Amino acid sequence: MRRQWAGSGMRTALRRLSIYLFTAWATITANFILPRLMPGNPIEQLIGKLQGRVTPEMIAAIKAQFGQGLNEPMWVQYGHYWGQLFHGDLGISITLSAPVSQVLSSQMWWTIGLIGTAAVVSFIIGTALGVLFGWTRGSRADSIIPVATFLQSVPYYFLGTILIMLFAGTLHLFPIMGAYDSSLNPGWSWAYIASVLRYAELPLTSIVLSSLAGWMLGMRNMMVTTVSEDFVLMAVAKGLPRRRVMWHAARNAVLPSVANLALTIGLLVSGSLLVEQIFNYPGVGNLLVSAVGNEDYPLLQGIFLMITFTVLGANLLADILYYVLDPRTRTASVN
Amino acid sequence: MRSMRVPRSPKVLVGLCILGIFILLTLIGPWIAPYDPNDTSFVPNLRPSWQHLFGTTTLGQDVVSQLLVGCRVTMVVGFIAGSLATIISLVVGLTAGYIGGRTDEGLSLLSNVFLAIPGLPLLIVINSYLPAGEQANPLVVGLVIALTGWAWGARVLRAQTMSLRDRDFVEAARIIGESRWRIMLGEIGPNLLPIIAASFLFTILYSVGVYTTLAFLGLTNVSTWNWGTMLYWAQTNNAALANEWWWLAPPGIAIALVGTSLALINFGIDEFINPRLRAAGLTARQRRRVGMARRPRLGFTPVHRSEEIKKEASS
Repeated sequence: MRRQWAGSGMRTALRRLSIYLFTAWATITANFILPRLMPGNPIEQLIGKLQGRVTPEMIAAIKAQFGQGLNEPMWVQYGHYWGQLFHGDLGISITLSAPVSQVLSSQMWWTIGLIGTAAVVSFIIGTALGVLFGWTRGSRADSIIPVATFLQSVPYYFLGTILIMLFAGTLHLFPIMGAYDSSLNPGWSWAYIASVLRYAELPLTSIVLSSLAGWMLGMRNMMVTTVSEDFVLMAVAKGLPRRRVMWHAARNAVLPSVANLALTIGLLVSGSLLVEQIFNYPGVGNLLVSAVGNEDYPLLQGIFLMITFTVLGANLLADILYYVLDPRTRTASVN
Repeated sequence: MRSMRVPRSPKVLVGLCILGIFILLTLIGPWIAPYDPNDTSFVPNLRPSWQHLFGTTTLGQDVVSQLLVGCRVTMVVGFIAGSLATIISLVVGLTAGYIGGRTDEGLSLLSNVFLAIPGLPLLIVINSYLPAGEQANPLVVGLVIALTGWAWGARVLRAQTMSLRDRDFVEAARIIGESRWRIMLGEIGPNLLPIIAASFLFTILYSVGVYTTLAFLGLTNVSTWNWGTMLYWAQTNNAALANEWWWLAPPGIAIALVGTSLALINFGIDEFINPRLRAAGLTARQRRRVGMARRPRLGFTPVHRSEEIKKEASS
């Protein structure tokens, strides 16, 4: 019996994994096809603009990457493209004149650190608040709903701008821009780490504030539904302390939030890219916007691949978490 | 038709009112704008006054006029993208849910792929490959936004269709010999309406957000006025550090208000689908009036019986 359970769980996990693998393939292929199919041939125009501005080798490299002036059939180009990817070769950034993989690996940690922390913090605080407000539904605490809805609708970048205006511009409580005090040398010194944390406070707050409300509202609604289930009534009837009952209900109500975690990671990443832009914070979002502005297609493609792969990885983690939390997923297909 | 009534909670009413105002501004905004939004002949950095209700920008433009003119493009793109995305999600969700089998697997895989790929970066990539002329075209941008935003609705609609597929009334229609399309559109379709409405509002919300974001990043044509471009110019001119709140606040609050109104209406639909949320929506005064316990008791869903129902029950 136990083996059968493990087997069905394995099947679900493999199914999810195959979806992610397929998505990864689709992303890579889209990256290959899009510049070749788009009307007006953006790459040809770019090469025209670049003539004389960069070295001929670089133009040759871009031509090869995007299949300009090559007489090879499409599928041969596609094969080459995969070959390059397997060697970790994402091409050369036009504006930065450095390999895209190198540029990305130096910048991505800022983004992963900021967004990862923000995601965890806002999920935990938002869910905890949702439990409380769901528990006290119908009381005065319900007036938080319209406020939270409004906060949820405020664009990340707008909230960030307002925070800058209030706390950095007017009150001078926080540093305005950047990721660390530029007079310090990056390294493992206390002063540097402290300055990194200090500079991350405001961007972090703006992401947490604007994504908190979503978790809170979702959790509150689930909590309201769960609290009227029979097992909660049973727990009350048994005379369990209220705190235990609340914990009991919350554990069951949190499952949809965890399931949503995977879906919202993409949204969170998208929003956070903007926060970097506003706070002039280094990282992938800033890189992405400058790549678009400079028509740096190799860099743009590399960033897109990196973001998608990171989001897919995070999705996988969220799936595993769900699997661990909900025993029903492990027995679902046993009849 | 009794069952189709959307609950008239204050939340929904407030949402409808705010949305109504913005729809009105979409229609008449450019006509009632006091000045030309591109006119730079005013004194720059004026605080709000009777001549300039929301002041002027660093470039000497009137903020109110930009807000009013920009309303139309923002809302129209949101509406176009929302409608297109809803149509795609309806077609995909209904087909996948009703037909099932291989069709379902293929379509579900497709929507899972679009759910997993982060929308905004994909949008930025597609947008950057568009010719410059097309980037300014709200229709094209709306189309691209719709392409990245339909998957969530499709997933929800598919799940609901699957739960309806084997109900008796659908079975009956099948036995009568109604065609597949007729069953999907005539029998199952109407039962999906609340979910279609919710997903429509949600995608409009998403589209307005994404469009203003693209504009804020300067990735659409920055000379077309919408709320995102207003914030783009404010950001480029460091309005936050100069403390020019009258320039920053109107477009940001307008976006947030449109979002809030759509979300509030969506709450109404949620309460309609899930009645347990409804009782919690009553205010303290309403509860007292209908004689309901002041504080909801654990384990019980407070139910309000209207006079009509009591009469029906007693007869």
